[in-house]
Amino acid sequence: MEKFQRLTAKVAPLDRSNVDTDAIIPKQYLKSVKRTGFGPTLFDDWRYLDPGEPGMDHSQRRQNPDFVLNDARYQGAQILLARKNFGCGSSREHAVWALTDYGFRAVIAPSYADIFFSNSFKNGLLPLVLDEAIVDQLFNEVLAEPGYQLTVDLEAQTVETPSGQSFSFEVDPFRRHCLLNGLDDIGLTLQHADDIRAYEEKRRAEAPWLFPA
Amino acid sequence: MTGKTLYDKLWDAHVVRREDDDTALLYIDRHLVHEVTSPQAFEGLRLAGRQPWRTNTVLAVPDHNVPTTDRDKGIADPVSRTQVETLQQNVTSLGITFFPMGDVRQGIVHVIGPEQGATLPGMTVVCGDSHTSTHGAFGALSVGIGTSEVEHVLATQCLLQKKMKNMLVSVDGKVGPGVTAKDIVLAIIGEIGTAGGTGCAIEFGGEAIRDLSMEGRMTVCNMAIEAGARAGMVAVDQTTIDYVKERPYAPRGEHWEQAVAVWQELKSDPDAKFDHVVHIDAASIQPQVSWGTSPEMVAPIGGRVPDPATAGDAVKTRGMERALEYMGLKAGMAVTDIPVDKVFIGSCTNGRLEDIRAAAEVVKGRRVAESVKLAMVVPGSGLVKQQAEQEGLDKVFLEAGFEWRDPGCSMCLAMNADRLEPGERCASTSNRNFEGRQGLGGRTHLVSPAMAAAAAVAGHFVDVREMN
Repeated sequence: MEKFQRLTAKVAPLDRSNVDTDAIIPKQYLKSVKRTGFGPTLFDDWRYLDPGEPGMDHSQRRQNPDFVLNDARYQGAQILLARKNFGCGSSREHAVWALTDYGFRAVIAPSYADIFFSNSFKNGLLPLVLDEAIVDQLFNEVLAEPGYQLTVDLEAQTVETPSGQSFSFEVDPFRRHCLLNGLDDIGLTLQHADDIRAYEEKRRAEAPWLFPA
Repeated sequence: MTGKTLYDKLWDAHVVRREDDDTALLYIDRHLVHEVTSPQAFEGLRLAGRQPWRTNTVLAVPDHNVPTTDRDKGIADPVSRTQVETLQQNVTSLGITFFPMGDVRQGIVHVIGPEQGATLPGMTVVCGDSHTSTHGAFGALSVGIGTSEVEHVLATQCLLQKKMKNMLVSVDGKVGPGVTAKDIVLAIIGEIGTAGGTGCAIEFGGEAIRDLSMEGRMTVCNMAIEAGARAGMVAVDQTTIDYVKERPYAPRGEHWEQAVAVWQELKSDPDAKFDHVVHIDAASIQPQVSWGTSPEMVAPIGGRVPDPATAGDAVKTRGMERALEYMGLKAGMAVTDIPVDKVFIGSCTNGRLEDIRAAAEVVKGRRVAESVKLAMVVPGSGLVKQQAEQEGLDKVFLEAGFEWRDPGCSMCLAMNADRLEPGERCASTSNRNFEGRQGLGGRTHLVSPAMAAAAAVAGHFVDVREMN
């Protein structure tokens, strides 16, 4: 997994609450058996005016000029500013793969749906939580100032605005550790293989029906 | 010492080791797998040269991409076909139990797990699918996971989890006649919102929940995720044990007796502490119809489409305005004035035998309205289909003008050929009314099977209680 330590990048504002993972990546693209290539169809229904299917050349499709990611001033954004309950609905990790494949490295929102939140950490995407009032302020600033950038520092757990204002954010220590170091958590868990076997032995005695031959 | 909640008990019984904070490595007893969220996980295992930890905990089935007609011709869409074939190759090469498309046991993963007794009380159950919350109906801890976690569980039999908060949703008293599990859960989501259970494991309790069959409890737990909760659950009682008994994968003989003794303790202690408690008066729940693009946007059948101006906060008002525009509805219109173009009865929420019986009872001796372009029933599994046919329910639907299909996820998410066209309006027994969920530009109204059947007959939403 790619490490996340410190990032200074342009911000794209997505001013909607309850953005669901069906909207982030529509179902027809979930037929892929790969982890890559989802960036061009991120927010497909909102981003294009014509219907999309897997295998199309998406660069030839008609873009929706009203959608924020099609606005020239937000090209190259690596931080997505969003509203409450971002990533709700389906567990599809393809939603995270689409965001990272597009180029996003962090999302800032007042809250996230649980599965999306945990999927993000597995893919080097930092979903950071700031108070609604701060998120409101950031929306106002990014809309007012072309080229607006934020600096996200995971080590220090801060978000810094261009005017030098700094907001701290909370992050689970274990997840922070994995993200800072780009650790593969399967490898970490397998270091505890003896604990897993010991648990299985104990459990087999208590609940033998869970261990059929 | 304070008592434990059901969730606390399930959690404690599965902790392999605690990390420094409140994160723990939890042991997983059952891993359900379908074709959409697993190929990258199996590929990850291969690339890392890892073997699955314990393959006999895994049950695999294709459901999202499978056609619901002309099964003998296979899957027409080559991309869908590749995904289903990839699943088959991945699991058969590892000796994992697999129900292919031609097997009568094939169906929606959340229907077949319980049907086979592969889901048992006290288990931890995971699947790369958010509706895994369904299995909590059995007093199990069941959570939907992402593909990286699918790979993690395959490789280690464990899941890294942060302990969730305990939430109790108590539906007190009895529901009125004609009010179903689907109406209960839609009313709950309408009350607490789509993020009301975020960060929580919801235990559903109260008389109205205890009165439900296992099918009904599964419907309620299925939509816990629509209230933001990764896990929903119901305490074990005699209804649970009677359902599980003699299912193919359920324990037998001495193990059965031993298991039942343990399962009977799977309920919250009387002095257990919940972080959040919500009480809902069952008698106040009416048949529900969703009007918007989020499952919290629901109204009782006798109600009206709400006015965004009354939302009270600017972000919410904009959300409601967008929803009304997408849905092609006007604030203030009566729910019963909303016409339907298509009707879909099925899904992991409402594709079980009880659901099909409830819809058939409404349809019997009636006809689908002429204005309805398509009304279809998609049983949740081959066995549900078979049982319904033995009861003659297929004929009831066919005589009324419904289509009677083969099992799968179908138009709940439209990954196969079953979908809405832009602007089409559907009475659907599924779980999500998101924009584009049932097809680009499609408009979904979530309802119970009886209400969907009633809408098919009337051509618009109607109070099923007034149809007799």
